[in-house]
Amino acid sequence: MIGEGIHSSNQRRHTYVEDEVPVGFFTDPTLCIGCKACEVACKEWNHVPADNIGWTGHSYDNTTTLGASTWRHVMFLEQPKQRGHQIAGTLNNGDHDPSRWLFLSDVCKHCETAGCLESCPTGAIVRTETEAVFVQNEVCNGCGYCVVSCPFGVIDRRDAKLPDKGGAFKCTFCYDRQASGLTPACAKVCPTESIRFGPLADMREEAANRVRQLQRDGYDDAQLYDPVDTSVKGIHALFLLLGKPEDYKLPPHPEVPTLYLKAAYGSMIATAIAAAAFALCAFAFM
Amino acid sequence: MHQPHGTDFETRLDQLRREAREKGRVGDAGTHAAGGPMPNPSSSNNAFGYFGLPFLKPPVWEWMIPVYFFIGGIAGMSGLVAVGALIKNEFDLARVAMWSAAIGAIISIILLTADLGRPMRFIYMLRVFKYQSPMSLGSWILSAFSTFAVPGLVFTEWQIHSSIPIVHALAIIGIIGSAVFGVFLATYTGALIGVTTIPAWNAHRAILPFHFGMAGLGAAVAIPILLGFPEPALSSIFFFAAGAETLVQIYLTFRRHGAVDAALHHGKPGWVMRIGETFSGPLPLILAGLNVWFPAAIIFLLGALLARFGWLAAGRTSACDPESLLASERGAQPAAESKVPYVINPSIASFGSMNKSQR
Ligand code: SF4
Ligand code: SF4
Repeated sequence: MIGEGIHSSNQRRHTYVEDEVPVGFFTDPTLCIGCKACEVACKEWNHVPADNIGWTGHSYDNTTTLGASTWRHVMFLEQPKQRGHQIAGTLNNGDHDPSRWLFLSDVCKHCETAGCLESCPTGAIVRTETEAVFVQNEVCNGCGYCVVSCPFGVIDRRDAKLPDKGGAFKCTFCYDRQASGLTPACAKVCPTESIRFGPLADMREEAANRVRQLQRDGYDDAQLYDPVDTSVKGIHALFLLLGKPEDYKLPPHPEVPTLYLKAAYGSMIATAIAAAAFALCAFAFM
Repeated sequence: MHQPHGTDFETRLDQLRREAREKGRVGDAGTHAAGGPMPNPSSSNNAFGYFGLPFLKPPVWEWMIPVYFFIGGIAGMSGLVAVGALIKNEFDLARVAMWSAAIGAIISIILLTADLGRPMRFIYMLRVFKYQSPMSLGSWILSAFSTFAVPGLVFTEWQIHSSIPIVHALAIIGIIGSAVFGVFLATYTGALIGVTTIPAWNAHRAILPFHFGMAGLGAAVAIPILLGFPEPALSSIFFFAAGAETLVQIYLTFRRHGAVDAALHHGKPGWVMRIGETFSGPLPLILAGLNVWFPAAIIFLLGALLARFGWLAAGRTSACDPESLLASERGAQPAAESKVPYVINPSIASFGSMNKSQR
């Protein structure tokens, strides 16, 4: 935590990979200042190519979405609302309505049951020692099935014009850094430690404490985003939210598509049998 | 509420700091969020979620995939037709069906490979077998099907000029193998798009394999019908398939899921779907009933192909529509409620218009 200096789990070296400790991120919008250092650090460390440089008109968010070449994405939310006793600013428009300006750095959730991993036909997507979800670029053949299997719309196939085209890419949880005892680049660089990195159990505890503290301080809509009661069964990138998940482009009840297998395969088998039975009878008896 | 300006701004900040230090909490409003203007609010009246941006990623697949669904359906169900023809000792029909199966298998593999981001790595599909991934299952089904269909055709053609019993046996094995894997080749594609996160697709996961399978069956018999085979079994299968497709269309039209599958019924994808479904359902059914087989078969083939494109287009639209996803969620709020996430002061909305021209 801030104040711990080099002893913060964001800064000190670790052996989580060797010890096979499940790790996690905890991202806290009440601490984020919207500087996008995480986006930049991620691009630099991972050699992620530049893409789509332009103005969107969506607040100061010109990144708009996670994707094959964007593994951290800082969201900008203007909410004309004050909750409880929280400090709120006013909009600079002559009115005196309380408003709050929130930033949240979004990232691949590294799901406990990951849609992308389940669906990958080549086995390119694997789980690492720290329970992160990792795409092996040397194996992926770019079939694009993970893209439609991620409940969070994270992973994407890289555009033809960019380097390493045709493969599916997403956050690697800085597996290379972790393997040598370093913190992921985004957490390392975050000046306010809005992005926290550490063992998942610690992160869960820290997140729960932070939610309690904020609620005590009057942020009565503070909540933890960790969909443990869905088929995703929890995530390794926890988010603290002020307000509703859908305002942060997070589905309130994400589901892994393997949930639909039973109905689809059932129908497939029934149809195959019915078609065969009808066709063969038609030939036999007509 | 006090609205600080200029030096007031600094004074107010000092007040806030003092209050925070003394009470550990600040009760009243602070200052401007920044000196500059506040940009467009992320939760504006007419946008769901975050600026109305997509929650999900649309499929990256291009035209090769719907065409593959179509060709794979024909090829797969042709294996079944070939077995039927064998039962009736109609060797010419069996030959035609095996040609459809084998050529279809080869085209299918080419189409699937061409759509990969890295086509040279098609074979990586066979690195692992994962039943929980319809893409993996389908790759294995297609491979197995081709293994039977292509040699099956070779032996079927060979046995005409040969009296070696093993050639006959291999031809029969090829034909039966094509039928066994073919019925799954024609139906798994429905599971492939049904088992995804895209709401308009997974809402119909149970009907899609049936829908695609029946389209494949109808298209597979449409080809020998076009070639003029007078076999009565072909026409009864055609009626069966077109009838089933008509039922699917009726189901899709009347059992709507609101915003979840709105993409199937509105806009451009809606029209492609409607035309495709009509052409592969009621229209050929009527034409076949009137005994005009040639147009019936052509229209069925056309409709089946169009409908595949319609499904892909609808999937793209649905994935990019946050309303579609939120409506599909467990315990979803009715649309009217979730439409306005936060009450917006109109002056703020108009203030945000400074950026409108750049949208
Ligand atoms: S968020 Fe998406 S890309 Fe990340 S692990 Fe989960 S399913 Fe995979
Ligand atoms: S695109 Fe690559 S990572 Fe994604 S499912 Fe296909 S092979 Fe796996």
